Amino acid sequence: MEIEIYGRIRGKIITTVFLFSLIPMVFLVFFLLYVQFDKIYTDKITNTLKTMVYNKKRSIDLFFEERIAQIKTLAYTHNYETLSNDKYLSELLNVVQSTSKSIVDLGIINQDGEHVAYAGPYKLKGVNYKNEQWFHEVLFKEIYISDVFMGFRKFPHIIIALMRKDGGKFWILRATIDSNVFNSLVQGAQVGEKGDAYLVNSDSVLQTPSRFGSQVLSKIDFLNNEVFNSIIDEKVLHLNKIFVGLSRIDIKKWHLVITKDGNEEMSQFNDVKIDAVLILIVFILIIIVGTFMVSKSIIKGLILSEKKKSMIDANLMQSSKMAALGKLAAGVAHEINNPLALIKESAGWIKDLLSEEEQEKIKNFVEYEKMANKIELHVERARSVTHRMLGFARRLEPAQENVDFNMLADQTVSFLESEALHRNIKIEKNLLKDIPLITTDTAQVQQVILNILDNAIDAIGKNGTIGLRTGYNDSENKIFLAISDTGIGIPQEEAKKIFDPFYTTKRPGDGTGLGLAISYNIIEKLGGKIEVDSTVGVGSTFTIYLPIRRIA
Amino acid sequence: MENMKVLVVDDEGDFIELFVKRLKKRQIDIIGVESGYRALDILKKEKIDVVLLDVKMPGMDGIDTLREIKTKYPLIEVIMITGHGSVESGLQGMIHGAYDYVLKPFDLEVLLNKLKKAFERKRLKEKA
Repeated sequence: MEIEIYGRIRGKIITTVFLFSLIPMVFLVFFLLYVQFDKIYTDKITNTLKTMVYNKKRSIDLFFEERIAQIKTLAYTHNYETLSNDKYLSELLNVVQSTSKSIVDLGIINQDGEHVAYAGPYKLKGVNYKNEQWFHEVLFKEIYISDVFMGFRKFPHIIIALMRKDGGKFWILRATIDSNVFNSLVQGAQVGEKGDAYLVNSDSVLQTPSRFGSQVLSKIDFLNNEVFNSIIDEKVLHLNKIFVGLSRIDIKKWHLVITKDGNEEMSQFNDVKIDAVLILIVFILIIIVGTFMVSKSIIKGLILSEKKKSMIDANLMQSSKMAALGKLAAGVAHEINNPLALIKESAGWIKDLLSEEEQEKIKNFVEYEKMANKIELHVERARSVTHRMLGFARRLEPAQENVDFNMLADQTVSFLESEALHRNIKIEKNLLKDIPLITTDTAQVQQVILNILDNAIDAIGKNGTIGLRTGYNDSENKIFLAISDTGIGIPQEEAKKIFDPFYTTKRPGDGTGLGLAISYNIIEKLGGKIEVDSTVGVGSTFTIYLPIRRIA
Repeated sequence: MENMKVLVVDDEGDFIELFVKRLKKRQIDIIGVESGYRALDILKKEKIDVVLLDVKMPGMDGIDTLREIKTKYPLIEVIMITGHGSVESGLQGMIHGAYDYVLKPFDLEVLLNKLKKAFERKRLKEKA
């Protein structure tokens, strides 16, 4: 029952401490890690991506602007005749390529779409572009940049074409952009292990290869037109932990797409998360251990104070029991003493009257006299009982009085004499004559002696000897009473515990386990001490020391 | 013991009767009453030497009676009889001027001895 209560208290302490210490900590860690840090990191990645998209878009724009400028310069610094010369055109290409490798070939196309001159790695001279779409576009727009297309060379490429009007005629200078140079320009924005960067046209057709699988001219499907049309400046989308940066390439209706894997970007941060969670776990373990230790010590303290309290209670109860017993004893003794006095006087009167009679005249004279004497004798016996009871009662009133220790020991033993006799236990007294008087509380000392004697009788059981020895220790200014028995003795390891409350060797219900604890307490309060010396199988000796307080 | 006049006060009638009989048989002039008030009445009329006074009595108890006697008749010696065994009640009597006390049940010879001594003391005081 008590264990159950303590267990419940312990449970409450543990739960409370856990809740109050863990909830804020866990909340803090998870709030920071999973809400705040995520937000900060997302913002950071978004901003970086935005900048990246902007820069890349600028450099692509610039690339095209430069190429256009180059082509323009060529077209406007030469006339049709000069450029129609293949040899010259080749020399021109060499000059151009010496500063920039981005242009692969040059071609001159006349009014009818006929490829009149060509410099470059493909055999394209003489091909007619009259029916090609770009041919019509350039006629219409003067400068035209194509999407990536296969064309006659059956290889994906981009062309820049410029139309020059010369009198009533016109001719076209066409250059092909090296797709490797262009691709690497775009792919320069592929960061990390999972980052991607590519260009798509307005129909979501790839203009540069994607890093993961999709080739040029294939369609991508995870972004639709609606998204592209909504782009004004740079834009960053979050799609399933993937950050997508988008921008418009001004010179064409193209879109730059740069993706970053959020997980990859956050992997560093995930390490921090793991560290934080590990630290959290360590803290939780520390708290658990701490809580268990604290609760254990609290419960220990509780049990201790509870024990102390119940000892005090038991002591109090014992005292009040003894006080009640004392009153009862005094009352009974008094009520009996009066009739005893009457009986004794009656017997005395019979004797008085008998002394007037002549013995010969009364047949049973001797018997009458004998019986009267017997009555007196037994009244005397009863008187000794009532007087002892009164003496006991009187001593129950707490007091500081001068006590003859020998007399006290003697009287206390007399309470247990019949019990001892019944069990065939001999009581040997060896009391020091002229022992100094002590000032103490007789009743309490008597209770202690009674407790020890009681235990001695229990230890012996039947057939044995109890010894009482009083003495005087001048150097310590103490008197002592040693009570020895020939009982079973106390094992060494148990000897330390015998004064503990609730320590008992008696069967449950037979002893409270408080007798010696209370005795120890009493003697300590009276300024004395109790010592025990015991050998298993030989017997035990309890010695009570009490100080001699001389009255000034 | 000649001319000693004793008054015994005890609420127990039977005890008074027996006690008076026994002392009369020993040629002691004795009167027995059952309360403190009656005792004081007797003392007004009779010349008493020693009073034997029970401590515990209903109404006016032994100690009250003792005080009355000692204030009115300081020369009269009083011996307290107590069934309460407690030495205190006896001692309390002594404090209020009783000559001695006996515990019930008592030995008649012991009591007679005490009576004699009390009477002697009274006579000595009277002479002085």
